Amino acid sequence: MNQFITFIKKEFYHVFRDGKTLLMLFGLPIVQIVLFGFALSNEIKNAKMMILDQAKDASSQQIIERFAASPYFQIEKTINHEAAIEPSFLKGNIKMALILPANLDQDLNHTGTAAVQLLLDASDPNAANTLNGYASSILNSFQQERMLNSKLPLQLTPQIRMLYNPELKGAPTFVPGVMALVLMLVCVLMTSISIVKEKELGTMEILLVSPVNPFLLIIAKAVPYLGLSLINLAIILTLSVTLLDMPIHGSLLLLIAESTLLIITALSLGLLISNVTNSQQAAMLIAILAMMIPTLLFTGFMFPIENMPLPLQWISNLIPAKWYYIIAKSIMIKGLGFAAIWKETLILLGMTVFLLFLSFKKFKTRLE
Amino acid sequence: MEAVSINSLSKSFNKGAIQALDAVSFSVQEGELFGLIGPDGAGKTTLFRILTTLLLPDSGEATVYGWDIRTDYQKIRREVGYMPGKFSLYQDLTVEENLSFFASVFGQKLTDNYALIQDIYEQIAPFKDRRAGKLSGGMKQKLALCCALIHRPKLLFLDEPTTGVDAVSRKEFWEMLKKLKAQGMSILVSTPYMDEANLCERIALIQNGKILSIDSPQGIIKQYPTPLYAVKAKNMISLLATLRQQEQLASCYAFGEYHHISFKSQDAQQLQQLQQTLEAAGHQEISMLAIEPSIEDCFIELMH
Repeated sequence: MNQFITFIKKEFYHVFRDGKTLLMLFGLPIVQIVLFGFALSNEIKNAKMMILDQAKDASSQQIIERFAASPYFQIEKTINHEAAIEPSFLKGNIKMALILPANLDQDLNHTGTAAVQLLLDASDPNAANTLNGYASSILNSFQQERMLNSKLPLQLTPQIRMLYNPELKGAPTFVPGVMALVLMLVCVLMTSISIVKEKELGTMEILLVSPVNPFLLIIAKAVPYLGLSLINLAIILTLSVTLLDMPIHGSLLLLIAESTLLIITALSLGLLISNVTNSQQAAMLIAILAMMIPTLLFTGFMFPIENMPLPLQWISNLIPAKWYYIIAKSIMIKGLGFAAIWKETLILLGMTVFLLFLSFKKFKTRLE
Repeated sequence: MEAVSINSLSKSFNKGAIQALDAVSFSVQEGELFGLIGPDGAGKTTLFRILTTLLLPDSGEATVYGWDIRTDYQKIRREVGYMPGKFSLYQDLTVEENLSFFASVFGQKLTDNYALIQDIYEQIAPFKDRRAGKLSGGMKQKLALCCALIHRPKLLFLDEPTTGVDAVSRKEFWEMLKKLKAQGMSILVSTPYMDEANLCERIALIQNGKILSIDSPQGIIKQYPTPLYAVKAKNMISLLATLRQQEQLASCYAFGEYHHISFKSQDAQQLQQLQQTLEAAGHQEISMLAIEPSIEDCFIELMH
């Protein structure tokens, strides 16, 4: 036990006396969570638009006001001629144009129908679709209000509720994914160089010619990083809640427990990489290529896994971050308890045990 | 009891392309200071790594204190001290932290065997809060020796402990080894410096993975087959050229301020004849004297 504590103390010395490691350990997650949190968003805010108001009556005024009040749109200009629209699209000044026909008020009052034209810049189809959705919902709500006023008898109005994320904010889907990515990246990267570093420096040679138990050696390498990663987790969660408005609807304790599990999985993976490589550079390269890229691709927060070809979907099952992403989403956004995520937890646990077992198996008690 | 017993040990690397050790056999007695002398690439480090159970040999047997290096490696690791050729302590830990870490690696406290290292440690104690990476070469070696000794090993493996160390520190280092030997410790030390061979009780000369000779330093010198002479003249470079043309010489090479030569046959007249030949070739201030061969002379002789 005494020996174990000495080993852990030694690892802490290594970390705290190396400014670069420390900066990477704490700087990287903060930068990443902020960067990814803000950059990775499919929300569109303040999309510029033009309105050609040919009616200039009460109805058109009401519609324009609704658009002006929406946070998604910013009315660049209200114009009088259709000819001004296309040059603005071509220059990229606007993403959408709304054309309100003449006699809008009259048509609505007498015939009950009127045609409103929406022009969208579909060179970015996703953005155009999203904006179409926003604009249609604004027009629908206007229409419904008018219908209520006109007191027509029977009508069916679908009431749409966006569950768990009613405001359709970007952060909720991204933050758990970014958390998974950051935790994986830091933990795997840090531990992947820990053992191979001793091989490179030659200290492993001395440690091998001693009665030290490899089990103790490996665990002692992971413990300090587990501690530091938990501090990291606290920072990440605080940033997510305060800066990115991420809710935590479920149990915070459960979330921390599950995150700790992911951290241990990542540490085990890092140790395995460190055990099978012979240079720090090789270890880093493997950690980044074999871990970061699959995590980015297959976690599901950037590219929906459901849309992938079947073989890729199978591969995604091997990525620990995918399971953590499901767990974190369930806890943070849906507020679910352990009963809903025990399967995913079990999978992560199995991966951890397997990776740790492999690490010990691959530990070389000799130099070759 | 034999501290180390090696029988026909062979090891190759790169699928046989490099024969690092070729049927090496020798033994080290308990309490002996045994030197492994040879140039870089002779196979010294490979042999040390096999004996410290870090590498497995391709063939042959070896035991350390009777324990087999293949099967009893855990017992060997507990009882030997090993100082690799490359400085291999934690550069970012202080002198004291390194020492207490390695003590705990062997499940001991710094104070347990302090008496053994006291002499050495006192020399580096003024720098005990300095990081190991910031020490001078000699200090590093002393610290590494302390770390290898901290668990009072039965047998000490020192792989080129004096390489890259200044002359004064080298001398001090060998003094320490003598003291350790006096306390009954068996020591196997390797060095590329031939002048250090005389400080060992017995030595093995090794070259290209083969043992050339094993004996006490005096014994090896006695084995030198022919009388050896040192020759000096005003112009040493042209002297060497002239000497190389003499067919009666068995060997001829530059050695410090002299050239060392030996003759093919033991004829009393030939020294004088050579003197005349050299004078005839226009060499000035010629001096010749018979000398006792050094270990290096023996090494050069054995290599041929």
